[in-house]
Amino acid sequence: MIYTFNYNAPPVNKREILRYAGVGKESENVSTLVEECLAEADSFIYKICMRQFSVKAEEFTDLEFVKTDSKTVKKCLEGCDSAIVFAATVGMGIDRLISKYSVISPARALIFQAIGAERIESLCDAFCEEMAKDKKITPRFSPGYGDFPLEVQRDIFSVLDCPRKIGLMLNESLIMSPSKSVTAIIGVKNADT
Amino acid sequence: MQILEYLKSNILYLDGGMGTLLHSEGLLPGELPERWNITHSDIITKIHKSYYDAGSNVVSTNTFGANVLKFSKDELEDIVSAAVKNARKALSESASSQPKWVALDIGPTGRMLKPYGDLDFEEAVSVFAETVRLGVKYGVDLIFIETMNDSYETKAALLAAKENSNLPVFVSNAYGEDGKLMTGASPEAIITLLEGMGADAVGMNCSLGPKALSTVAEEYLKYASVPVILKPNAGLPRSVEGKTVFDVMPGEFSKEVASLIQKGVRIVGGCCGTNPEYISATVKASSGVKPVEITKKNITAVSSYTHAVTFGGSPVLIGERINPTGKKRFKEALRAHDMDYILQEGVAQQDKGVDILDVNVGLPEIDETEMLCSAVTALQAIIDLPLQIDTSDAKAMECALRRYNGKAMINSVNGKAESMESVFPLAKKYGGLIVALTLDESGIPETAEGRVEIAEKILKKAKEYGIDKKDLIFDPLALTVSADNNAARETLRAVQLITTELGCNTSLGVSNVSFGLPQRDIINSTFFAMALSSGLSAAIMNPYSIEMMKVYHAYVALAGLDDNCGEYIGFTETLPETVVPSTQKVATSSDSFASSLQRAIVKGLGDEAATLTVELVKTVSPLKIVENEIIPALNTVGTGFEKKTVYLPQLLMSAEAAKSAFEVIKANMSGQGESGRCHVVIATVKGDIHDIGKNIVKLLLENYGFSVTDLGKDVEPETVLEAVQRLKAPIAGLSALMTTTVPAMEETIKLLHEKAPYCKVMVGGAVLTKEYADAIGADYFAKDAMEAVRCAEEIYKEAD
Repeated sequence: MIYTFNYNAPPVNKREILRYAGVGKESENVSTLVEECLAEADSFIYKICMRQFSVKAEEFTDLEFVKTDSKTVKKCLEGCDSAIVFAATVGMGIDRLISKYSVISPARALIFQAIGAERIESLCDAFCEEMAKDKKITPRFSPGYGDFPLEVQRDIFSVLDCPRKIGLMLNESLIMSPSKSVTAIIGVKNADT
Repeated sequence: MQILEYLKSNILYLDGGMGTLLHSEGLLPGELPERWNITHSDIITKIHKSYYDAGSNVVSTNTFGANVLKFSKDELEDIVSAAVKNARKALSESASSQPKWVALDIGPTGRMLKPYGDLDFEEAVSVFAETVRLGVKYGVDLIFIETMNDSYETKAALLAAKENSNLPVFVSNAYGEDGKLMTGASPEAIITLLEGMGADAVGMNCSLGPKALSTVAEEYLKYASVPVILKPNAGLPRSVEGKTVFDVMPGEFSKEVASLIQKGVRIVGGCCGTNPEYISATVKASSGVKPVEITKKNITAVSSYTHAVTFGGSPVLIGERINPTGKKRFKEALRAHDMDYILQEGVAQQDKGVDILDVNVGLPEIDETEMLCSAVTALQAIIDLPLQIDTSDAKAMECALRRYNGKAMINSVNGKAESMESVFPLAKKYGGLIVALTLDESGIPETAEGRVEIAEKILKKAKEYGIDKKDLIFDPLALTVSADNNAARETLRAVQLITTELGCNTSLGVSNVSFGLPQRDIINSTFFAMALSSGLSAAIMNPYSIEMMKVYHAYVALAGLDDNCGEYIGFTETLPETVVPSTQKVATSSDSFASSLQRAIVKGLGDEAATLTVELVKTVSPLKIVENEIIPALNTVGTGFEKKTVYLPQLLMSAEAAKSAFEVIKANMSGQGESGRCHVVIATVKGDIHDIGKNIVKLLLENYGFSVTDLGKDVEPETVLEAVQRLKAPIAGLSALMTTTVPAMEETIKLLHEKAPYCKVMVGGAVLTKEYADAIGADYFAKDAMEAVRCAEEIYKEAD
């Protein structure tokens, strides 16, 4: 079964925004710019859909919907008897802002880009924290990480029904729309570990 | 009986969920349910039959994702044929007595349309068309487009249904908790779009339970003139002791739905998590409820992908600035296909507070159809205002209306037979609010009465095409008062007569009235005030004119349309006399900078840089300013960036400030031709839809004097080659974000090296490294935007 969640806005982490924008040391003019952009970026949604699968790890790791010989997956899911596969998005609004400001102010476009990156990561953090409340879980990892093939995106999209559940689409080049979105897997450790 | 006939006096019951039932029958995660039409036809038929038995009038085929993006053409035909057969079989086997029909179910493609995804609008139309044709071939009774969460894709589906069948079409969208579609549309915007195109019923399904959808349903009942559909989920799924349950049970579900039927909803069913129990409960709960009559709402409105703008209340402002007439810089931009310039005009007018943007990009020497379509597509990607398509070329008009993501204003038709015959069919097909000029074969009548007569003729003809009075807005033409003393008076009388006697909305291009007179703003704004008090509903005007905006805001307040005069007060605070210029103060403290202008650029203060440049060009030659002020400032920042003391956002803020200074310089160098270095063609490669990095490179290259042609994102190799060859560009810059799009980059490089060997290719982007760039044959690799500038300088020097 696929579960869909709507989250409230996680607290904004300005330091992370600056880091994503490539700023090492905060200066007054950049800080003002970030504040102005934050005030304008008001159309975020925070949606996640998830589904739990059993894990059988032998020569291949069998996640029910996909079987892989990826060493990364094997390592990441060591000691897990199930895994949570999820997709998260903060919606289309930020894509429109980035596009708009690409035309009229690339500096702002860059900041919106950084805000979007911070928002989606904060959403994933909030979700993982919640999952960790009653389970022992591993850090999240995504297709394309290590030797875990990016092509698994297609499988994740089909088992999570992302377009219908959270309005997240996959392009032919495996880029996601809206762009500020994440698909990832977290392992759930055996009860006795 | 025909379904639409039945609907006139009855509640129509649809079916409930399919997915949840199929999973309980053994459908595996990720397995495509449409294949079950063939492999498990008995189960599909059984489910359909259980819905008819429960009281459904309409059962939808199990074809939600049946399209050519997911299946081969042959398999698709087998699936649709089997799906229709299953539903027909269920219909004939069910013994229940209510009238029954079969709907072809059409869900979203699962892909995002361009520019935020990679599916072209026309490709989407043809994907839906394929399924529609099969549905028609195998004999469905109606088409049910459902669960659409993007207005643009909804339009593509409805267009495909209309172009490939004569069947009734029901359209249902999926709304989020915020009461909007995922792409931002309000119910009012969607209703305006869909009714304009002739949907037979509109409504909502999926995503939420009946209670959560009730606000959206009530919005629908307020605005829709066709029957409203409600097909909610059984709430949201949750896990109880390891089992999945939905949180709204049949009893509660049917009660909620029945209460919305009492409010006027006419077509009901269930979506995810519902089963035949929910339908029979709903039928039972609403038995004996008298269907509420469906009334025409007669709302004159246009829409964008987010909202609708209605006429007849507060006056509507239509920005006139996207128009080359009399504008040298705009013409230049059109010839160079400089879309950014047009977009900036759009954004600036939006900032001034217009409600709608007029889009006129006609020039004798350019392909207007192509240009208008590109402009409309580019504008609607970043600006959420409805557009007024302004062209006399029917082909360009059709192309733009088709691609427009909403219901547009059509500018214009007139009383000439030829004009009406070309414009009305387009308006009927694509929807649109038509601006009708009161002139005909014998010209513009002198008197108001003569113009009203033409308006009546246009209304009559429109009716023959099935176009309602509400979809026409009359422009009784503002003529030049300096040529005829009575010109303004007759126009104003015509506005009054059309408003009171015909009950229609009016619009005027205000500025014509002052042609040939000095201080035109005075005449224009006074005429505008007079027209507003005569009942004018909309004006095509220049929002940069402070006098015009003063009249507008004052009128709205005085007419009682501005609560607590809030808008008016807000407006006065933006007026120049109340804004204290800050430049003086800052300019005196130059810190350690060589000059105030250099300081402004280094600090990234765009407005200040522009103001200082305006002052400077009065005494210093433009070229000297570039050489002695702008370039040194840019170098300071550029070097800082390379030494990592200046960060990317600061580099960009300085680059933008320099650009503001350059704009002033350009305006003062008119006639001296293009200055600077060589052409650079840049693009984000095919398949890649992220272009922020490329845009940053573009800005910096322009700062350093390169003439940049930006081809945008998701660009075919051939398009890059074509531009390089046309401009004889010695440099091409390509960007790619993903490993999956690097092959497209390699292909583009190969093509350029083969067909345009004089062109050096530099590449950059998130996934690229020097080694990777070498491996795909790139001539240069730039790790960031500054390095791209250095590469370009190097290539330029070598080529020189």
